[in-house]
Amino acid sequence: MAAPTKLTYLDNAATTRCDPRVVEAMLPYFSDVYGNAGSRNHRFGWEAEDAIEIAREQAAVLLTAQPKEIIFTSGATESNNLAIRGAANMYAKSPAGSSSRGHIITNIIEHKAVLDPCNRLIREGFEVTFLEPGHDGIITCAAVEAAMRADTILVSVMWANNEIGTINEVPAIGALCHARNVLFHTDATQWAGKMPVDVERDQIDLLSWSSHKIYGPKGVGGLYVRRRKPRVRLEAMIDGGGQERGMRSGTQNVAGIVGFGKACELCFASGDSERARLLALRKKLDTALPAAMEAVQVNGHPDRRVPHITNISFGFVEGESLMMGISDIACSSGSACTSASLEPSYVLKGLGVGDEMAHSSLRLSLGRWTTEAEVDHAISAITKAVNHLRAMSPLYDLWKEGIDLSKIDWQSH
Amino acid sequence: MAYSEKVNDHYNNPRNVGSFGTSSDVKARLDVGVGIVGAPECGDVMQLQIKVSQDGRIEEAKFKCFGCGSAIASSSLATEWIRGRTVDQALEIKNTQIVEELALPPVKIHCSVLAEDSIRAAIADWKKKNGITDTVAATTTHA
Repeated sequence: MAAPTKLTYLDNAATTRCDPRVVEAMLPYFSDVYGNAGSRNHRFGWEAEDAIEIAREQAAVLLTAQPKEIIFTSGATESNNLAIRGAANMYAKSPAGSSSRGHIITNIIEHKAVLDPCNRLIREGFEVTFLEPGHDGIITCAAVEAAMRADTILVSVMWANNEIGTINEVPAIGALCHARNVLFHTDATQWAGKMPVDVERDQIDLLSWSSHKIYGPKGVGGLYVRRRKPRVRLEAMIDGGGQERGMRSGTQNVAGIVGFGKACELCFASGDSERARLLALRKKLDTALPAAMEAVQVNGHPDRRVPHITNISFGFVEGESLMMGISDIACSSGSACTSASLEPSYVLKGLGVGDEMAHSSLRLSLGRWTTEAEVDHAISAITKAVNHLRAMSPLYDLWKEGIDLSKIDWQSH
Repeated sequence: MAYSEKVNDHYNNPRNVGSFGTSSDVKARLDVGVGIVGAPECGDVMQLQIKVSQDGRIEEAKFKCFGCGSAIASSSLATEWIRGRTVDQALEIKNTQIVEELALPPVKIHCSVLAEDSIRAAIADWKKKNGITDTVAATTTHA
């Protein structure tokens, strides 16, 4: 197959290539083993059920959990919704339709799949505290503790942030929650499969993760639901045939679940060596780009971050035009210029990153197939594009003249 | 988003990038008008400088732009269009003409508005420096 321009894929935090070994494991479950796992009285059903239980075991191994504690869903968005809304409604202090139904703690740098369910709960009579991170982007245990109330039901803090890759104080927050008899949910979409998880050691009650971020197929994910100390119950959001312990009705996506299980197994097997490889590549980006140009900053805590994500701001250039200059590299921009809002990333703003820096950030995220040659190419292409744009940037000139950009009376429009 | 060929061309080969000196230099020059419009928080800032002859003709135009590809192309195009025109002729340029020329999609119309504003602002600055008052109001003025 002819490949005229080879694209460098550095957007693995958005999604990953499905591993061919995963695809191979899935293939029999479309046209050969096509039974409904809920069919209890013939072999078609048994084979499908067996396949799902193997995947449940593979997923449980990844989290150091029990297979019965794994609920398969359509992805991390559904898992987050089920965990947050399901727990809030199950443990509400007063019935639906009333106010003061209970308190939830989360934070402003969560994914929308956590923020929006929390906002819905506010409309349904719950109170939610949205913590703000420090300038290093970390949500600390101390901040959670200060927000705790007598009526706090649930704390939801992501393990690693999807935009900047910083790691929140997860085992400590879990321990705090357990000491206070509060449920702890973590969105581990950028963590599970990349970093070690032990739900006992890490004191987690509910954990969401996704298949397509860990080289599995899209449309499938998991929710870990603790079964003892404490036994966590959730109010289902999808009612029907009672699949997945009644928490998620609907005929199981057998092929997808098989692929997800295989993806979990492969990630678990590659563990330490893959982490070390990605870390070396990310550190190369984090050091080479600021060394090549002035006014370049790595956003968030310098060390407390997952190996595969970095977020770098290039002062005085705008993100979308920067992306235009590196058109053979696929990555994400912190700029939301193509959307109607014209607002820079809410996560970067939450970190206190200045407007001119938040508008010019790139999220570069690495994966299983990222090579050192691709990282080197990205460094030189980004450097070239930033220099091209700075040559026409009025902000760069003003900064060079020593003028404080924040003191200028800009004419907003 | 896929850009038009013209936007890509202006991005890769911007016309008339530059300035007639530092911000304090140009402030002192009566033959130069400066317009700076937009704001960093909105993701685009355009700076247009015009060098105007005594009879009111734009001899040279230079731009600098912090913004997306459409913003860069809009300001680059503006410098091409105003060169050689009198200031009054330059004020006739409408953002819709820029939208049409560059085939800007609806979400990028504000880039063309900004380019029109930068022309008006630069001319207003030049007129103010030279004590010229007229009936055409500038939508934006900037020191």
